[in-house]
Amino acid sequence: MNKLNYFLTALLGLSMQFAFAQTPKGSVLIKNATVLTVTNGTLENTDVLVEDGVIKRIAQDISAPNGVETIDATGKYVMPGIIDAHSHVALDVVNEATNPIVAEVRMKDVVNPYEIGIYRALAGGVTISHAMHGSANVIGGQNATLKHRWGSTDPADIIMQDAPRTIKFALGENPTRVHGRGNGIQPRSRMGVEAILRNGFSEALQYKKAWETYESSKDERGSTAVAPKYNERLQTLVDILDGKIIIHCHSYRADEIYMLINVARDFGITKLVFQHTNEGFKVAPEIAEYTMGASVFADWWAYKFEVYYSTAFNAAILQKNGALTSINSDSAELIRHLYHEAGKTQRYGGLTDDEALAMITINPAKQLGIDDKVGSLEEGKHADIAIFEGHPLSTYAVPQMTFVDGVKYFDIKEDPDDQRQRISATETVEPIYLGHEDHRCMQDTEHLFETANALFNTEK
Amino acid sequence: MKRLNQTFLIFLMAMMPIFAMAQIDGEFVKPRSGKFLLQNATVHTITNGVLENASVLIEGGKILQVGTSISADGAEVIDCNGMVIYPGMIDGGTTLGMVEVGSVAETVDYAEIGNITPNMQALTTVNPNAEAIPVTRVSGVTTVMSVPQGGLFPGTAALINLVGYTPDQMYAGAKAVVMNFPNSGRRGRWDRRSDDEIKKETEKALKDANELWQKAKTFHELSEKGAELEYYPEMEQLAKVISGELPLMIEVNAAKDIQNAIKWIEDKDVKVFFSGVSEGWRVAEEIAEAGISVITGPIQALPTRQSDRYDTPYANAGKMAKAGVKVAIRTNDSENVRNLPFHAAYAAAYGLGKEEAWKAVTINAAEILGVSDQLGSIEEGKMANLIVATEDPFETRAQIMHVFINGYRIPLSNRHIRLYQEFLERSPDLKAN
Repeated sequence: MNKLNYFLTALLGLSMQFAFAQTPKGSVLIKNATVLTVTNGTLENTDVLVEDGVIKRIAQDISAPNGVETIDATGKYVMPGIIDAHSHVALDVVNEATNPIVAEVRMKDVVNPYEIGIYRALAGGVTISHAMHGSANVIGGQNATLKHRWGSTDPADIIMQDAPRTIKFALGENPTRVHGRGNGIQPRSRMGVEAILRNGFSEALQYKKAWETYESSKDERGSTAVAPKYNERLQTLVDILDGKIIIHCHSYRADEIYMLINVARDFGITKLVFQHTNEGFKVAPEIAEYTMGASVFADWWAYKFEVYYSTAFNAAILQKNGALTSINSDSAELIRHLYHEAGKTQRYGGLTDDEALAMITINPAKQLGIDDKVGSLEEGKHADIAIFEGHPLSTYAVPQMTFVDGVKYFDIKEDPDDQRQRISATETVEPIYLGHEDHRCMQDTEHLFETANALFNTEK
Repeated sequence: MKRLNQTFLIFLMAMMPIFAMAQIDGEFVKPRSGKFLLQNATVHTITNGVLENASVLIEGGKILQVGTSISADGAEVIDCNGMVIYPGMIDGGTTLGMVEVGSVAETVDYAEIGNITPNMQALTTVNPNAEAIPVTRVSGVTTVMSVPQGGLFPGTAALINLVGYTPDQMYAGAKAVVMNFPNSGRRGRWDRRSDDEIKKETEKALKDANELWQKAKTFHELSEKGAELEYYPEMEQLAKVISGELPLMIEVNAAKDIQNAIKWIEDKDVKVFFSGVSEGWRVAEEIAEAGISVITGPIQALPTRQSDRYDTPYANAGKMAKAGVKVAIRTNDSENVRNLPFHAAYAAAYGLGKEEAWKAVTINAAEILGVSDQLGSIEEGKMANLIVATEDPFETRAQIMHVFINGYRIPLSNRHIRLYQEFLERSPDLKAN
């Protein structure tokens, strides 16, 4: 009897898990909008029909199928949900700063679906964010690509499960400061950073070979082959070498960017995206030729020495040199107005509307390996959609509604005062944060430095 | 002999371009003054409406004439057909020129050691050649308040024009003694003090402030009566607030602190305005009733509380203005003060409206700082701080075509632009490898 009970309980649990594994999908008809498809130009007075989370049709005069809600978007702009290729929103911790290589760490394990930052990003039209490990290590942890399904309490529900694996790398000041200056181990310099990379990949090749030798000889008659000891860290590096993981590398200076391009070419790695890349403009032809491009700030500079020789024209120079370029936030504040950040490429370099919009939609989608599913308004793609009052590249634009998989998660007209999902029982006074504290690339490493506060205010 | 010398000199002078070419290529464009006529634009005066097909005549650092039929006699004519002219924007709170690289302590000069240092002068620390200054002014921000940071009375802020080789050339005629009102909020995620600790520290800070103020009053009264006082520069500076010579700029943000600050200042007969005021919308009526003006911002900021609507920082300026508060806008930034127009645009879109948003970065700021006779609008006799743009400069797609500060025509160049010019088409390019 007891055994049966256990069995039934287990069965119930499993079936519930199965039921919850289905993330919500919606249907909706958006009528009479100016549709900014990004990949197929701008369509006036056009309707977008969404069925079961997928864009079914984009055309004029579509009539709503039975039971499908219609939204009148006359005079409004409809664009693909915005994608942020660099974020730390919805993560409980950011840095595992204990070793120059921590490739085995996964951000999927620390996703926090309760963080209000998810809702605030939705209110800025952002439907997908790349939740990244911090920049304390040369080879950091594996990132998670999130879909902003606000209201889900299961971390698994806000992870985009069919997105490819990506991993964080970091060059320059941050890893050399944490390990060299903070802990007295390599790397203390940009030379050391290169050594860490080459040593790590070479060890991974040896590890891979050891397994291959074992696999090929274990079934031989009389084989005495013993399996090598499994090592998650090295296995992850092998996966990078095998092209199963996209590298997203924190970088600022042109010389360090060039160094990693050379290392990648030597090891046959092609899935490489540079993050921040403030001096990317100096090696734009190399980035265009050998990598999956750069994901940059619109105008941040001078907060640290590495970014003193920056230019707000960085994105435009990269774009015009043929590098795949996206604009990201790395900030719980900036993520709320990426459409405005993209607009800055028109002030600094005169990019066209489509080029500017691509930088926050299809381009980051390509860099995350999800452009077959999202990043533009095309039939068959996920219905991740943002509706704006005013053209999204105008500074006066106001986001109105945001959909993920056809489900509306933000509506300015239904936005209540308090959007929290969970309220702390232990905090009597709600925290009021008055400082700028939204830059979290170096979070969890502050104990290594005397100037923790200064660091928090300036590090990105 | 004399003639020979002259001949030799002329020969030397004729050779000079060749000598110069040998070592230095290209020419450096400097700001230059003169008589300029900005012709046929849409002139947004801010205080006297919008004038179509109008022109502005500048000479000797001043706006000489604004109107439709101005003689171009002797002036360098700049055709502004199809463009807009606005007064230069004023950022009411920055650390521009006081820091070069944020994370390099050696270059950070906006905060001094000590809690009571009102005699620290922003004008002393402003570096006229800071890289961020030319980066800022090409965006149309011509004038900024540079504000010391840190303790209870961290120093004296100064208004500067973004042109000049010395702080005195830059000084735009306004100073204010800064007070950081005791803050009952958390300073950030890393601030792990308990609620009780925060409360106690806030109360003690307020008590200290009261005692200090009493001292300053005594100091002022004694010196008024001609007493011989010991050298006490901190008190001398605070006495300037008590005498009305300088205004007090109170940085205050949390709603409860704003209420306390209003109460604190009630019985003190001094010139005062608030800065920051990020939770002003919660107590807007009370600020309006107290008749205190505010310099608020940044507008593009996170809500102060987890429970707040996502758009509270965008809507804050509009809500205060609606309640009757005179509002100016600041970025509170150093290297990205150039984003002031975008902060203003966000305030405009979320309730303040375009017209009021423009006032918030021009005439309101000038009035609050006491320099509206010189700055903040396009009027005859005022300082020639002007910008010419292809369209509304609050839009990112707008291009700023001309900037004039204190009558100087500003070269539209800076490091960001020079790097663009150098690297857009690289030589050698990739193929040279």
